[in-house]
Amino acid sequence: MIRLQTRTDSSTLMVFFSPLLALILTAFSTFVVFFLAGVDGFGAFYVLFIEPLTSLYSFSEMLVKAAPLIMIALGLSIGFRAGVWNIGAEGQYVIGAVAGSAVGLYFYEVEGFWLLPLMSLVAIIAGMSYAGIAAFLRTKYQVNEILVTLMLTYVAILFLSAMVHGPLRDPDGFNFPESRLFHDSATLPIIWQGTRVHIGLAVAVILAFVSYFWINKHITGLQIKISGNAPRAAKFAGFDENKTVWLSLLVSGGVAGLAGVFEATGPIGQLVPHLPSGYGFTAIIVAFLARLNPIGIIFSALLIALTYIGGESAQITYDLPNSITSIFQGMLLFYFLACDILIRYKFVFTFYQRQ
Amino acid sequence: MKYQLELKEVSKSFGPVQANDGISFAIKPGSVHALLGENGAGKSTLVKIIYGSLEPDEGSMKWYGEDFCPTNPFEAREKGVAMVFQHFSLFESLTVAENIVLGLDNVVLDDVIISKIEKYSKQYGLSINPHQVVGDLSVGARQRVEIVRCLMQNPKLLIMDEPTSVLTPKEVTDLFLTLRKLADNGCAILYISHKLEEVRQICKYATILRNGSLIKNCNPQEHTKDEIAEMMIGKKIIKLARENIKHGKEIFSINSLSSKSNNMFGVDLKDINLSVRQGSITGIAGVAGNGQDELMRILIGEDNAPASSLEFKGLDITRLTSHQRRQLSMFFVPEERLGHGAVPSMGLDENMLLSRPNSSKMTRNNIIDWKQVRNLTNNVVDTFNVMTPSVSAEAQSLSGGNLQKFMVGRELIQNPELLIIAQPTWGVDAGSANNIHQALIALADSGSSVLIISQDLDEILSLCEQVHVLYNGSLSDSVDMQKNGLEKISQLMLGGAIQ
Repeated sequence: MIRLQTRTDSSTLMVFFSPLLALILTAFSTFVVFFLAGVDGFGAFYVLFIEPLTSLYSFSEMLVKAAPLIMIALGLSIGFRAGVWNIGAEGQYVIGAVAGSAVGLYFYEVEGFWLLPLMSLVAIIAGMSYAGIAAFLRTKYQVNEILVTLMLTYVAILFLSAMVHGPLRDPDGFNFPESRLFHDSATLPIIWQGTRVHIGLAVAVILAFVSYFWINKHITGLQIKISGNAPRAAKFAGFDENKTVWLSLLVSGGVAGLAGVFEATGPIGQLVPHLPSGYGFTAIIVAFLARLNPIGIIFSALLIALTYIGGESAQITYDLPNSITSIFQGMLLFYFLACDILIRYKFVFTFYQRQ
Repeated sequence: MKYQLELKEVSKSFGPVQANDGISFAIKPGSVHALLGENGAGKSTLVKIIYGSLEPDEGSMKWYGEDFCPTNPFEAREKGVAMVFQHFSLFESLTVAENIVLGLDNVVLDDVIISKIEKYSKQYGLSINPHQVVGDLSVGARQRVEIVRCLMQNPKLLIMDEPTSVLTPKEVTDLFLTLRKLADNGCAILYISHKLEEVRQICKYATILRNGSLIKNCNPQEHTKDEIAEMMIGKKIIKLARENIKHGKEIFSINSLSSKSNNMFGVDLKDINLSVRQGSITGIAGVAGNGQDELMRILIGEDNAPASSLEFKGLDITRLTSHQRRQLSMFFVPEERLGHGAVPSMGLDENMLLSRPNSSKMTRNNIIDWKQVRNLTNNVVDTFNVMTPSVSAEAQSLSGGNLQKFMVGRELIQNPELLIIAQPTWGVDAGSANNIHQALIALADSGSSVLIISQDLDEILSLCEQVHVLYNGSLSDSVDMQKNGLEKISQLMLGGAIQ
C-alpha cells in the first residue's frame, strides 16, 4: 500500500527537486502528446525547448515576452499571498496601456525626457484605480474580487477597442483601428541593440528584488502572509484586513498597468486592438510556478516565455495547432503543483500484513 | 473471567515518534476505567486504535474473548464501541433528533426514533428535548445529546474524551450519575481525563500512560491525587501559592460595556464593569459560550467597543488596535491557539512577530530585524521549555501544550503590565499547566496584573484573589470567597441572580 505521510519538517531537498521532477514529467507527457499526434517527439521537443535558446533572435524575443510576465506576476503574487485573488490583471494591463498611451499621444511630437516617466506614472495610477474598484466593492460590500476583476477585464478590452476606433485612432491611418506610432520621446529605450529587448526587462528584474526585500524584511510582507494564512491571527496581530485587500489590489493593479504601457510603448510601438494577448492570465501561472517567490518569478516567467516562442516555432515547423502552447503551460502548472506535495508529504510504502 | 476489551502489547509509531509502546490493559464489563496521561502520552492514539480509526503496528486486542481488529469506525461501532468526543460534532442549525439520526447508521427520522430518544433520556437522567435546535443548547446539554446518540447504538463500551472540561459542577454531578447507571446496566466506560479528583471519585480502575509507555494499571482510589499526578508526569508537582500579594492602584477597567454580537449564535455583552488593580490576579469564571469569546475579542481590540468603555493606565483605549494596545504594555493570549494566537503554517519565529511592541526591537521603522526575532524566539523556547525541533518549526507541528507554552512565553517575555489570558491551560498537561500557573503568579508578584478568563474553576480558584462570573453576557460583581464562595460561583455559573 502506498500512503502519503506528513513530513515533520518541509523537505529542503524537495524544494529544489520537485520543480525538476515536474519538468521531467512535463517533457515525458510532451512526448506522449506528440506521439499521439503522430509527430516526431525528439524533433518537436528540440524545436520547442532547445532551439529558441540557440538563436539570438529567439532568445531576445523570450526576454521581451518575459518582462511583462515578471512584472504582472510580481504584483499578483502579493495578493495571492494574502488570499486576495486578482484574476483581472489583463484588464488593469489594458487600462494602464490605454491611459499611458493617451498621455503619449496627447504630447505627440513633444520631445522631453519627462514624457516616459509621466506616461508610466499615469499608467500605474490607471491600473491602480481600475483594481481599486474591486477593492472598494470587496471592502465596502463584501463583493467577491475574483468576479469583479475578471468581468472588468472584458470591459477594459472593449474600452481599448472603443478608444482605437475613436479618439485615439491615427488620423492618417486609413481608418485602421490603431493609434499613431509613438514618437521617440514616448518610445521605451532598447537595452540590447538590434533586438526588441527594452528597459522594461531591467525594471522587472529590479522590481523582483525590491519585492523580495519587501516581502521578507518589511512588516507589510508579514502582514500579507498572515492575512492569507490565518485572518483571525492577522486581527490578533493588529493588522487591518481591509488595508490588506486595498494594498494587494492596488499593487497588483499598478504593476499590471505599468506592464501594459511598457508593452505598448516598447515592442508594439502603438496602441492596437490585439494588445491584450493574455499576459495578465498567464502571469497567474507564472506566479504559482514560482511558488509566489519574487526571484523565482524571474525564472518561471522565462520558462513560460520559452513555451510561447517554442510553441510558435512548433506551429511553423510541425504544423501543430496554436493551442500547443496552452497545453504546455497547463501541463507545467499541473505537474508543478502536483510535485509540490512532496515538499510537505512523503510516500510511505507499507507491507503491513493483518493477522 | 472474560474482559469486555483486552489490549495486549499494542504498539503504534508515526515515523520516528513512538506513540504507543507495548501497552496492555483490560476493561471489565460494567466498569468505569480511567485512561490517564499528559498530553502526548499516547491516549488519543490508543483510543483511535480501539475506535478503528488507526491500526496498530503490533499487538492484539480481544473483544469479550474474541479477536478484535476494527479497520474503521463502522466496524468498531458494529461491535458496540461508541465514543463521545471532546469537541462535539453537532450541527447547530439542526434539531437534537436530526443530529442524533445523522450520527447513526441505517436509520431514518421517525416517531419510533423520537420515542427511543425520549426513552433513553428518561432512563439515564439525560434531560434533552428532541425538537430543540442544537444552537440554542448549553454545552452540557450538547454533551447529553452526544451521549444519547451513543446510547442509541446499544454500546458495550463507551469512550468519553475529557467529558467534564466544559461542564459546571452541577452538570458534572449529573453526568456521574448517568455514567454509574450505564455501568450498572453492563456498559463499560473508558474515561479519559486529567482531572484526577474526578477519576478517583468515579473510577475503580485506571491505566496511566507516560510518553507512550504504560506506567501502571492501578486502582486510583488507593492512591492520593499527588501520587497519581507524579506517575503521570514523572516528577513532583510544585504547590501553588502567592506569597506577597500587594495590590497597587487600578490599572485597567471596563466601564458599562455593552455590545451586540455579530454572530447568529453569539452572545450580546450587557453592561460589564470590572476593575483590575496592579499586582492582582483577577479571574472570570463561567461556562463556555456565555460571552467569553466576544469579551476577549473586544479586549484584544479585534472588535469595536463603545467609546471610553475600556480604560488602561488612565487612557481610553477603545479606538486602539491590538498592536497599539501592546505598545502600552497590554498583552493577550487568546484561547484558540491555531489560527488565532498563532498561524499554523508559519514558523515560531514568524509567529513571534504577531506580538511585537517597539520595545521588543523586533522591528525598526517597520523593517524586521530577523536576528533579534530569532534571539527572542530562542529565549522563549529556552525559558519556557518549549519542545520544538527548531525556532523555525511550523506552529502546527508543535503539540498543543508546547504551543501554549510558546504563546504564553511570547507575551510574558515582554514583561506586560497587564496580561489578559483566556484558558491558560486548556488541553495542556499537568506539568506544563503547573509551569504556566507559576509564571502567572510570578508576574503578578512582580507588580503586574493578570486577568484570566477560564472555564476551569479549579484554576480560577487556585490563582485568583478576585473572581467574577460571566453568564449570558453579564458579569457578576466579585464574589466574596470567604462566605460560601464556591457555592455562590456555582449558582452564578448556572444563571443565579447577580448581586
